[in-house]
Amino acid sequence: MDIQPFAQHEQALKFRALRNLVLTSNIANADTPNYKAQDIEFSDVLNNARADGLSMKKTRDKHLETVAMSTLNPAMKYRIPTQPTLDGNTVETDVEQAAFAENAVQYRASLAFLNGQIRTLRYAIKGGD
Amino acid sequence: MSLFKVFDVAGSAMNAQSVRLNVTASNLANAGSVSGDPDKVYRARQPVFSSFRDTLSGEAGIGGVRLEKIIESSAPLQMQYQPDHPDADENGNVYVSNVNTVEEMVNMMSASRSYQNNVELVNTTRDMLLQTLSLGS
Repeated sequence: MDIQPFAQHEQALKFRALRNLVLTSNIANADTPNYKAQDIEFSDVLNNARADGLSMKKTRDKHLETVAMSTLNPAMKYRIPTQPTLDGNTVETDVEQAAFAENAVQYRASLAFLNGQIRTLRYAIKGGD
Repeated sequence: MSLFKVFDVAGSAMNAQSVRLNVTASNLANAGSVSGDPDKVYRARQPVFSSFRDTLSGEAGIGGVRLEKIIESSAPLQMQYQPDHPDADENGNVYVSNVNTVEEMVNMMSASRSYQNNVELVNTTRDMLLQTLSLGS
């Protein structure tokens, strides 16, 4: 039995929430001169988690399993604009809106996975009911 | 919890956009005003935004919007010869404010769209938070 069944989705939710904030900041600054749009990438977090190694060394049997992806530290990257602007702002509202909508759906997907796991556990606890 | 900070960021942007709408309204209201003294004529005003970082969110590169300053347009004033105008100077000239109504209308539409965008951000994020709250029910 997996000890921490929610761990991956919890990390995914944290990442999605952070990306939600980054994209909000982009759209909020759509009219700010010289603002540079930024974004974070999921693959960054995934690679970090792989590079960190999956678990800490256990010296006793009863030590808890450490969770992979415990560090959420994606690099902020500047978006490359498709069209130049006069005021140096690189926010393209349509691109940001699309990314925001995509991110919101992915956040809800993680919530749905979590809900499914919780339902499964409850089912097991109640012995089917 | 970074989702809650969305309300701060989007809220500050809505605040800034409403100031922009206010300035536009002021410009449009004074569009046709005249004066005999070129220093006293109403000049079109424009808000300038800047993003403030770190203080709001604590995270690098993420920040809300604030009003940096309001600048006055340096576009030339139009001089009209109206000797019977009560405000005319000794040469019979009055000066008309340099508000460009077409520009102001475009500004108004842009500000209102940006405001709506931010309202959408708040609504979507609020839904996400509420769904998170009802997790497992």
